[in-house]
Amino acid sequence: MDKTTPKPSSAPSYLDAAHGWRSWLLTRDHKRIAMLYLTAISVFFVAGVTIGVAMRLELMAPGRTIMGPQTYNALFTLHGVIMIFLFIIPGIPAVFGNFVLPLQIGAEDVFFPRLNLFSWYLYMFGAVFALSTLFIGGLPDTGWTFYVPFSTTTKTNVTLATLAVFILGFSSIVTGLNFITTVHRLRRPGLGWMQLPLFTWSVYATAWVQVLATPVIGITLLLIIAERLFGIGLFDPAKGGDPILYQHLFWLYSHPAVYIMILPAMGVVSEVIPTFSRKRVFGYNAIVYSTLGIAVVGSLVWAHHMFTSGMSDTAVFVFSLLTFLVAVPSAVKVFNWVATLYKGSIDLSPPLLFALFFIYLFSFGGLGGLVLGAAGTNIHVHDTQFVVGHFHYVMFGGAGMAFFAALHYWFPKMFGRMYDIDSANWGAWILFIGFNLLYFPMQVLGLQGMPRRYYDYVPHFKRLNALSTIGSWILAVGLVILIYNLIHSILYGRKITQDPWIGTTLEWTTATPPPTENFPADAEKEQSAA
Amino acid sequence: MTAAHLNQDAEGSRLGMWLFLFSELMLFGGLFIVYAVYLARYPADFAAAGHELNSWLGATNTVVLLTSSLLAAMAVSAVQMDKRRLAVALISGTLLCAAVFLCIKYVEWGAKFAHGLYPNASELSERPHGQILFFGLYFMITGLHAVHVLAGATLLAISLGLIGRGKITCHRYVFLENSALYWHLVDLIWIFIFPLFYLIV
Amino acid sequence: MSEQTHAEPITPFRVLVMVWVALLCATALTVWASTVNLGRLNVWLALSIAVLKSSLVLAVFMRLRQESPLFFRMFLVTVATLATFIGLLFFDVPFR
Repeated sequence: MDKTTPKPSSAPSYLDAAHGWRSWLLTRDHKRIAMLYLTAISVFFVAGVTIGVAMRLELMAPGRTIMGPQTYNALFTLHGVIMIFLFIIPGIPAVFGNFVLPLQIGAEDVFFPRLNLFSWYLYMFGAVFALSTLFIGGLPDTGWTFYVPFSTTTKTNVTLATLAVFILGFSSIVTGLNFITTVHRLRRPGLGWMQLPLFTWSVYATAWVQVLATPVIGITLLLIIAERLFGIGLFDPAKGGDPILYQHLFWLYSHPAVYIMILPAMGVVSEVIPTFSRKRVFGYNAIVYSTLGIAVVGSLVWAHHMFTSGMSDTAVFVFSLLTFLVAVPSAVKVFNWVATLYKGSIDLSPPLLFALFFIYLFSFGGLGGLVLGAAGTNIHVHDTQFVVGHFHYVMFGGAGMAFFAALHYWFPKMFGRMYDIDSANWGAWILFIGFNLLYFPMQVLGLQGMPRRYYDYVPHFKRLNALSTIGSWILAVGLVILIYNLIHSILYGRKITQDPWIGTTLEWTTATPPPTENFPADAEKEQSAA
Repeated sequence: MTAAHLNQDAEGSRLGMWLFLFSELMLFGGLFIVYAVYLARYPADFAAAGHELNSWLGATNTVVLLTSSLLAAMAVSAVQMDKRRLAVALISGTLLCAAVFLCIKYVEWGAKFAHGLYPNASELSERPHGQILFFGLYFMITGLHAVHVLAGATLLAISLGLIGRGKITCHRYVFLENSALYWHLVDLIWIFIFPLFYLIV
Repeated sequence: MSEQTHAEPITPFRVLVMVWVALLCATALTVWASTVNLGRLNVWLALSIAVLKSSLVLAVFMRLRQESPLFFRMFLVTVATLATFIGLLFFDVPFR
């Protein structure tokens, strides 16, 4: 692609275009809305990590260490709700999708700018609702899955929590439809579908999953609320209802939701790897089709969460088979990334480091996923720490690492400042080491039979649990270094106006940080031509 | 949607609305999934319970909603032809239909409550399982549908105001188009609710 | 200010009313069909008529036939998704 250095523009950057809190809270600029999301999501992420570390501390030794069972149940629910609904699902699409997607297609903004802001308010509203259960009626102790019959009988405030998730889902739908419309209607003339940047593709595919799958959990949660308030009986065996049907409906959304989490992450990796290998991405078409393939096949495998639930053996067979199919497009991607690196001129900057961690951790987690997806072995490891380990490998190791890759990749673009590369590298490596020390023992513990979601365990599992807890401390140190480095750089980092990475996508062709109109020079040209 | 008048691309605005309608379809789709599963399991109970719904009131409501949809579609055409007064009259007619629909719904629900056929009522609890589930679903889906009737009517009422203030004209009417689209969705879902609940045999 | 061009076709009242009449007839048909006992086929018959009715609403009232084919394709994706969800679910329900 033809690269021109950004012309010095007279327009102020979006950060300087207006001042005061109103200019932020009432903004319609997609870049500022991305910043609003980033701020909120970072706070929730830190809260979620803190809870996670506290849970690990409880599990450091058998018996009661720092908290009792009820607190532990409430905390793993809160940890799940925060990390899933407030961090990973909106994380990459709402922050980087918002910031980067319009820039990557050469648009001035998203198609519905006001709706975009509305979506952020919905998100905040849902978040406040979810956290208000801390003070009103007691934190739910159901786990983030809200399984019946417990969720319809527990005394804790499940009603408020599910309502919160409903609102968060609505926010997610609105964001999704906004992105789809944006990609369809606001692409720069001449920018064809098969020229779209891979990150844009991944956010587009994700948006479809958001629009079509999220409503299903919306209605499922409404049914839970109706059950709690009116006792309509749809999931109550005493009235002929089927609790397993609840699990179906829940996973109908929540399995595609893990692709809402991982697809944009894969998009980030598909941007970062070519940029830092100084090569074109290997097999662009294959990556695009595998993205769509994951979105489609990923929506058909939900019941592999339910192999021990008592559903029919036919369903177990069918869903186990379909589950293995998802491995194909995922493997296609990993192959393409590695092939892109091959004979590339590698620049091991922090974004690439995180992307490589992603490939390693995601592939490792994916292999564990095959163990879980096989109907036979699943019975052995179902509901054990193995699942917890697997989930964190693919979600934190996958989506989480990609979030950090994206943050370190687009940080200069977003803030017009550079962070300290050495600190970022140190933080990344410490995070990586802590991560493996934290989650690998969980997989071993699971194979040995330690169940998940208990605050206690038999002394036999003591040593590996202690190791895992130490891992959580190392991981926390890595995170502190990374976050401190970024916050410090936002305030005092070296100012830059140029693209530090020699990226090839459109967002790098405008000023750094971009002006409010994104591409003011082009807008002027269009106007003078008209 | 809210930002429709901000940007100038009417087709894009409609695309956004259609996408929202798709998510609404999936929302109701979740309930139809539940319906399909329980119909397969309790066909006889569903038929017995379905007979207790007043199919004449249901049919009347179907006609009311179909008519309201006709009026809404005509209103869009009227605005396109720059016949503002006619459009105002047509939209008012749609709103009237919405009110009639909700009144009939109220009467129906009232009758069911009077017979003790509501969730958790002791009378309903003694019935066979399939019937309890049928009425649970009935209240859930018609309740959710009624909420959508209210939302659609609100959108149309706003359109009415925008026509009055000259914000919707024959040059710029996408807000009305989108409100009408939403209204038709309400109709569309009722087209499935009616036979599946009132006429099930 | 750009305008919604007059190239956007106007559906004549006549067509709309004809569709309305057809919808009313279909409603009568579906009520009548429910009085005939066909066993399991009754549900499928009712659903077929409902699909017919909703196609009319979609195509004419909602103007899907005038929109770009993209809208229709997206609609099909939605319907296919819902159908697939229900279909896959029935690998469980009847086999339990």
